Amino acid sequence: MSNLSRDDVAHVAMLARIQLTDDELDRLAGQLDQIVDWVGQVNEVAAAEVPPMSHPLPLTNVTRPDEVRPSLTAEQALANAPEAELDRFSVPRILDEE
Amino acid sequence: MTNAQDLTHLTAAQMADGLAAGDFTSVELTQAHLDRISRLNPVLNAFLQVDIDGALATAADIDSRRAAGEVLPRLAGVPIAVKDIACTQGIPTTAGSRTLEGWIPPYDATIVTRLKEAGMPILGKTNMDEFAMGSSTEHSAFGPTRNPWDLDRIPGGSGGGSSAAVAAFLAPLAIGSDTGGSIRQPGAVTGTVGAKPTYGGVSRYGVIALASSLDQIGPCARTVTDAALLHEVIGGHDPMDSTSIDAPVPPVVEASANRDLAGLRIGIVTELTGDGYQAGVQARFDESVELLRNAGAEIVEVSCPHFDYAMAAYYLILPSEASSNLARYDAMRYGLRVSPDGVDSPSAEQVMAASRDAGFGDEVKRRIILGTYALSSGYYDAYYGQAQKVRTLIARDFEAAFEQADVLISPTAPTTAFKIGDKLEDPMAMYLNDIATIPANLAGIPGLSLPSGVADEDGLPVGIQILAPATQDQRMYAVGAALEALLAEQWGGSGSVLDRAPEVTTGPAPAQSTEEMA
Repeated sequence: MSNLSRDDVAHVAMLARIQLTDDELDRLAGQLDQIVDWVGQVNEVAAAEVPPMSHPLPLTNVTRPDEVRPSLTAEQALANAPEAELDRFSVPRILDEE
Repeated sequence: MTNAQDLTHLTAAQMADGLAAGDFTSVELTQAHLDRISRLNPVLNAFLQVDIDGALATAADIDSRRAAGEVLPRLAGVPIAVKDIACTQGIPTTAGSRTLEGWIPPYDATIVTRLKEAGMPILGKTNMDEFAMGSSTEHSAFGPTRNPWDLDRIPGGSGGGSSAAVAAFLAPLAIGSDTGGSIRQPGAVTGTVGAKPTYGGVSRYGVIALASSLDQIGPCARTVTDAALLHEVIGGHDPMDSTSIDAPVPPVVEASANRDLAGLRIGIVTELTGDGYQAGVQARFDESVELLRNAGAEIVEVSCPHFDYAMAAYYLILPSEASSNLARYDAMRYGLRVSPDGVDSPSAEQVMAASRDAGFGDEVKRRIILGTYALSSGYYDAYYGQAQKVRTLIARDFEAAFEQADVLISPTAPTTAFKIGDKLEDPMAMYLNDIATIPANLAGIPGLSLPSGVADEDGLPVGIQILAPATQDQRMYAVGAALEALLAEQWGGSGSVLDRAPEVTTGPAPAQSTEEMA
């Protein structure tokens, strides 16, 4: 059922925020088309009435008292930052410069 | 006084006993391992980081507390290696990825805290496939780990660093993580023991996430008892992990003393034997079945028809969850940040996309793209949604099987260790290594692999897998320990398959330096 083109792969990669090079697109597109085709086998199983399973255990919400606990200092939190300024993470521009 | 070589070749249980009896100190024991690491790691590349000072400081502290008469935990002073997927405060943690190169966690994973509380010196961090995606450790950004049995072969993956370290006596114990077989398959191809506990049985707080509904932390060791001893240290409820089971650790150590198989019902899963399994793998499996039968176990054959779709379901569910989990590597708060070429004043989004391209390897990109596609509108029902339904059917197959059998068995991996490079360009051939281990992760049940011998055709180790119902982890240890004893009796020597492994030589490393592999 699949037919994942090179353009599709480029598009999905951008959705996932990965800027693939042309070489990578050449290499990955064919492999991904093959893999998507293969995983599509799940559709051979008649499962219309089967409930989906998202998790192996019944999940219940876990809460704790709303009390302050020890946490990272600003210095610790920023220690691995690519760039920091004034006790904050420094990031590239978010908006257009216009 | 035992010599250093002898010290590293003891089991963890023997090390604990020797420390308690005062036969040697933890500093001597830890130093013996550090010496062996410094000699053999340049060849094996099992460790990405070695914490000499930290390990020796813990060892010295344990020695002085023991000398002062303090009652210490059983494994106090026994050194351990930790897969580079668990955060270690102050020690770089990379998950095998370029994107986290040099990242130093500001806190410890709960399992690391528990190792420290147990007084276990942490030798260092072990190599792995990037973000635990792979079955060979070739997808590490820091070069492949080599199998101590044959340096041209893979040590399994994703936890190949841990399995190689344990098999080559660089560490008696190691931490692994198992999302689709990453503890059990490396155990099988290196002649060691690996256990994946019940989902939720061991805390994942501070463990770098791959696929949150599948990931589980567990022990790597050379004997079933050693694995159980480590399982007991790391297992149990953790309020910091919302998926952690709020119940005592199953009695795994007690179970590992079991030698009795009389009346036990052991199920062979039809879909996990026969076609597709290497002759020597199947032969060792059949031999173990006969040993179990002769020891009084009742062998039944059970069918799990939906297992044929387990791989396809897994390779939709895992990439979907991974694509979401790995969205956190956005180059903003930590991790690699690079700017795109030829763009003046790039936006955050452009920097993010360029950084993720530079920081992730091919396999990670493949899976993120596959997962993003499977979750995208228009495809969700046919892929991710349908995979979740198949997952239900696989869990139901297990339920039915466990009505007929107390435990299930299969070969752990379809083949022995393959050659480095053989499957690197063929992702689907690589995926098939986990065909026997993946169903347990989908259902959340525990599984253990132990060595069942070596394949006649290549002399490489083979593993047998024992699966138990959820929260009944002790059953796989009980059967594993009994089978291990039967095999040891047959093999003679120390009783370990590692007796047959060649001594690792420190001659010139085989082709491909770690830099070239990047």
